[in-house]
Amino acid sequence: MAQIDTIQQRMLMEVADLHEIPEGAFNIRANGVSTARRSTAHIEITSKPEGAGIDVRIAPGTKNESVHIPVVLSMSGLQETVYNDFFIGEDSDVLIVAGCGIHNSGAEDSEHDGIHRFYVGKNARVRYVEKHYGEGDGTGKRILNPGTEVYMEEGSWAEMEMVQIRGVDSTERMTKAVLAEGAHLVIKERLMTHGEQHAVSTIRAELNGKDSSADIVSRSVARDRSFQKFDACITGNAPCHGHTECDSIIMDEGRILAVPQLEANDLNAELIHEAAIGKIAGDQLIKLMTLGLTESEAEEQIISGFLK
Amino acid sequence: MLELQHVSFHVHDDAGHVEILKDVSFKVPERCFVVITGPNGGGKSTIAKIISGVQKPTDGRILFNGQDITDMSITERAKLGISYALQQPVRFKGIEVIDLLRIAAGKPLSVSASCDYLSRVGLCARDYIYREVNSSLSGGELKRIEIATVLARGSQLSVFDEPEAGIDLWSFQNLIRVFESMRESIQDSSILVISHQERILEIADEIIVVADGQISQAGPREDILPGLIGTSSALGSCDMLERN
Repeated sequence: MAQIDTIQQRMLMEVADLHEIPEGAFNIRANGVSTARRSTAHIEITSKPEGAGIDVRIAPGTKNESVHIPVVLSMSGLQETVYNDFFIGEDSDVLIVAGCGIHNSGAEDSEHDGIHRFYVGKNARVRYVEKHYGEGDGTGKRILNPGTEVYMEEGSWAEMEMVQIRGVDSTERMTKAVLAEGAHLVIKERLMTHGEQHAVSTIRAELNGKDSSADIVSRSVARDRSFQKFDACITGNAPCHGHTECDSIIMDEGRILAVPQLEANDLNAELIHEAAIGKIAGDQLIKLMTLGLTESEAEEQIISGFLK
Repeated sequence: MLELQHVSFHVHDDAGHVEILKDVSFKVPERCFVVITGPNGGGKSTIAKIISGVQKPTDGRILFNGQDITDMSITERAKLGISYALQQPVRFKGIEVIDLLRIAAGKPLSVSASCDYLSRVGLCARDYIYREVNSSLSGGELKRIEIATVLARGSQLSVFDEPEAGIDLWSFQNLIRVFESMRESIQDSSILVISHQERILEIADEIIVVADGQISQAGPREDILPGLIGTSSALGSCDMLERN
């Protein structure tokens, strides 16, 4: 097993709250290779051929177990595309924690494109947490282009929490979900961009089954001269409920483009979209300043609450 | 404790030069509950903003414990011991009631200590402590949380701008009890309330009447209140029902 250095250790902490070897199943990928892995009685992790990713198979009925699959890149100029597939057995209830940290102190761009596909079995429940983090003072860019596909069978439930708070120069995120009868999807996206960063998040949810539902909530903050585009579309092809909400704060010279879309192809599809973009309200700052915070402390409180 | 000396406040808008406050001077002594009343649009809220630092006066000085605070920021005044409950409480997405109370207290606050502040304003603490201070709260709930943050600060001078605005009659009865108990437990602090509610004026030690940007009357409650009953400066609960 390869060693993990201190930079990699710190990034594991940032993206997966890992201070030591996690409990349950895990796979740690550092600079393009798996450096540590453990399967359990109910969760099997195997490599795809030629190191192009992993398959995670969760046995039907597995309850209250977790899988950690963090990725760290600390070598400048490394570019990789990884396909990870998750087969979540019927009636199981699991937590999957992914995340990618890039430390780039060189001149060449570092890029990790992780494509995660989830096959959520009947009545299974999965909670997925993904954090992205970048650091390093090199001129090379830190690029993350995650793709997430979720295929949900009857009565399944998935909650996807995707967070990118700092340090990633460029992100193009594509999330796609297909829901069968009675399936329920929750997506919570938290994004903060700064400097000259550029982030695009595209979400497509197809509600194909009767009584399926999706709740997609994006909260984001664009600071400095960064740019964000949020493009979400819920398609209702059956009697279903869909709700999408995009709520953003702009600061400095930040720019945000929100593209809400709803497509109803069934008379009983109920779809709602909400979108709001604005700067921090002056009365919010005033209120916190009357409680003794300085203006910049008040801003930080407002943003950290907003992105919580 | 607090003294306003010849304070004026002017603005320029489409109508030209507007004098909101004209040569306003008064003192808030220690251990004193002062109510500022008067007709709407008379400049009462501007006085609260000028004391808390939200607005800077065009002329005049503001002294707090003898120190000139006219040029100090909102934050500096808050740190010196002035707290301010806004007429329109602010909503925050993601910030919970307990977060706001902790910021107000300026120190780590246990859950039970936070609950005490909420109980004092008549909120069942367990139901509220982890609620977000967002649009899911009603006007009356927000107002009570706003007052709880001022209690949590434990400031020398607490300024409340129309605490009764935007709340229902039922909440109003509880609110009166909150102010009565604040009056009873006043120690080395003072309270300044802007209100035209007769029930709040009845708690006052001193009453200041502001109309058309100037002080028209000021003095002990016994002297001032009888002349105000039945005017827009001292509304009864029935008037409040009509207004709502």
